[in-house]
Amino acid sequence: MKGLFRARNLRSAATALLTLVASAALTATFACSTNSDKQAPRHVSYWEKWNGFEGEAMDAVVADFNALELAHAKRDPNYAPIEVEKVTVSKLEQKLLIAIAGGNPPDLAGNYSFTVAAYADHGALTELGPLLAKSGFDRSRYIEHYVRLGEYRGKTWALPIVPASTALVINKRLFSEAGLDPEKPPTTIEELDAFAERLTKWEITSADGSKHVESGYLPDVPVERKRLLQVGFLPNDPSWWMFGWGDFFGGRLLQGSDTISTASPANIRGFEWVASYSQKLGVSVIKRFRSGFGNSSSPQSAFLSGKVAMVMQGVWIHNFIEKYAPGLLWSAAPFPYPADRPDLARTTRADADVLMIPAGSAHPEEAFRFIEYVNTQAALEKLCLAQQKFTPLKSVSDDFWRVHPNPYIRLFRELGMSDNAVSIPQTGIWNEYNRELGNATDLIQNLREPPARALATAQSKMQAALDRDRKALARRQGQ
Amino acid sequence: MSKGGSLSRINTRNGLLFCLPWLLGLSVFLIYPLCAALYYSLCDYSVLLPPVFIGLDNYVDLANDPLFWKSLGNTAYFAFGSVCLGLFVSLGLALLLNTKVKALGLYRTIFFLPSLMPVVASSILWMWMYNGQSGLINTALHAVGVNGPAWLADPAWAKPAIVIMAVWGAGNAMVVYLAGLQDVPTSLYEAAIIDGAGFFQRLFHVTLPMISPVIYFNVVLSVISGFQAFTQAFIMTGSTGAPERSTLFYVLNLYNVGFQDLRMGYASAMAWVLFVIILLLTWAATKLSQRFVTYDR
Repeated sequence: MKGLFRARNLRSAATALLTLVASAALTATFACSTNSDKQAPRHVSYWEKWNGFEGEAMDAVVADFNALELAHAKRDPNYAPIEVEKVTVSKLEQKLLIAIAGGNPPDLAGNYSFTVAAYADHGALTELGPLLAKSGFDRSRYIEHYVRLGEYRGKTWALPIVPASTALVINKRLFSEAGLDPEKPPTTIEELDAFAERLTKWEITSADGSKHVESGYLPDVPVERKRLLQVGFLPNDPSWWMFGWGDFFGGRLLQGSDTISTASPANIRGFEWVASYSQKLGVSVIKRFRSGFGNSSSPQSAFLSGKVAMVMQGVWIHNFIEKYAPGLLWSAAPFPYPADRPDLARTTRADADVLMIPAGSAHPEEAFRFIEYVNTQAALEKLCLAQQKFTPLKSVSDDFWRVHPNPYIRLFRELGMSDNAVSIPQTGIWNEYNRELGNATDLIQNLREPPARALATAQSKMQAALDRDRKALARRQGQ
Repeated sequence: MSKGGSLSRINTRNGLLFCLPWLLGLSVFLIYPLCAALYYSLCDYSVLLPPVFIGLDNYVDLANDPLFWKSLGNTAYFAFGSVCLGLFVSLGLALLLNTKVKALGLYRTIFFLPSLMPVVASSILWMWMYNGQSGLINTALHAVGVNGPAWLADPAWAKPAIVIMAVWGAGNAMVVYLAGLQDVPTSLYEAAIIDGAGFFQRLFHVTLPMISPVIYFNVVLSVISGFQAFTQAFIMTGSTGAPERSTLFYVLNLYNVGFQDLRMGYASAMAWVLFVIILLLTWAATKLSQRFVTYDR
């Protein structure tokens, strides 16, 4: 009985196996016959840093491209369509390097423009020059400042896709409450300082214990008797660009590609201005006041919650306001310039998101096809509109302006086109430089060192770092 | 004889085969990286390009790098602070929890719970506790008339704040101490009581000598983990070690150099220096333990 059972089991197992093999063979035959008149798709792996609505904006562009490729393949059976597979990767700028070093990079990456120099120095990028030449690339279509962000040491390594710029953003209600005209934002730094003083409010506790509100910096009232309620302006809110205040006074962090100029007179002037706010408000008062804020993209942000009346913010501020403070009355204007330097009017921080092809990409030509597609006016406008920014192209369609939700989008774009648009310096040691500047600005804001000394220290350290980096680069190239 | 010999060979072979997975793991994941890091520490190596041998240059640069010394100083401060404070708190708690009080299990659980929380989560929690404006700590201080500092934003207070936070996770060490305490034979206490020893005499002459191997074990582990501090600072004050680099710990500096600046050769040299420092400290602790630790039962 047992033996019979076993034999039966064996027979049914054999039958099942044979059926499986036969069906697999049939499926394979069928698949081969259908594939013979259709080319297999060419997959392009694409790593992108953005998630959220910015990521979704790119998803839509990727879907359009893939659909076009499929349509092409339908028309021409000999054409193998390109299929872009986008993956969102956090901390992309670091993970990408590890992937490149490991010899398994994606074919395409959406990165920040300030990474271009370090990546290029380390041989982590595919130079786009030959591909651009083949495609008949027209550089003059782009706003000069943004296309330059993808170029380094005379070669093109990346193309800008979503640019950004910064402006002075004001809370109109707080202006009105302080008796200032909300339609007239400050135009010079001196005006900004004067407005900031009028927009600063304290709760004062009198000797009898009663409380009242007063405006101004009130240096004569002891700290124990005053509590800061509202500030006109704080150079460290948001703190993203603390390294770059010297740029608004005509300073630059890097001269050419080999000279660090942190301690130039214009930079020192810029950071003395930063320190003046610590002197006027008090270091510990600012620290305690700021520790109550949430980050810039939250309802608790200093500006969105009405605690700070004026900020320097990027084109994305419109999204933040729509999302977290929809009733806020605001306007944007070019960031003020020093009264004695009218040539510095319309200075703005202007960086961009770029597309780059990592070194070792398995499908550089296919990846480049996608870059080409994204850089058509229609695709760029779709992408930048969905991200609520402006495009890096000189030409803009009427529709783009008509449907764009940001009322100040033209201003942000004009600032991006300004001769005074500045970006993060293109140097391979930017991360190190940024950290050193972070320390210098800490010392300056905390009034621990005068700006001239803190910046001189940073300059000498970073010049040594840059020299070391140049030496290492020459050594690697000599190998 | 020959049968015994072949059995012994078979046993050796089987033993080696059973050990093989571990030996492979040790070689691939520990010995090779250690040796590779030693070689890279003698090179200019950016990960993306082949390493270039530069001899001892990285070590010479390290000796002249103020950030290296600053981060080493910060780390030593943290390690010393957290080891001393941690030892005091966890041993104190263990002594308290070794008494016969009601709901002992509940207390043990409560004190052990914080150590189960991941460092990232507890760091974020403590960021709120240390908030200068509305944090729990400053609110409590304000209630007793003390104007608390801005803690993590204040260069004078940021490091002590991280040390205090480290003590919060003393539950692990506490459990080990507790196990050690419960292992002390009651006959010794009985003898001491008969001899008229008071609480402190029993503590210093019976309890501490008897659990000295446990103290030694905990101190060595705490020193090693103290020198590897990274997550708290990375989460709470950022990779720059702000404010004014007061929380720039050694491993944080190493991470910046290796993974942000792509100076992996220099970072390898830093890693080796740290390895040697920890090795020396462990050796020193072992030497000290020969004088103070007793294994007699």
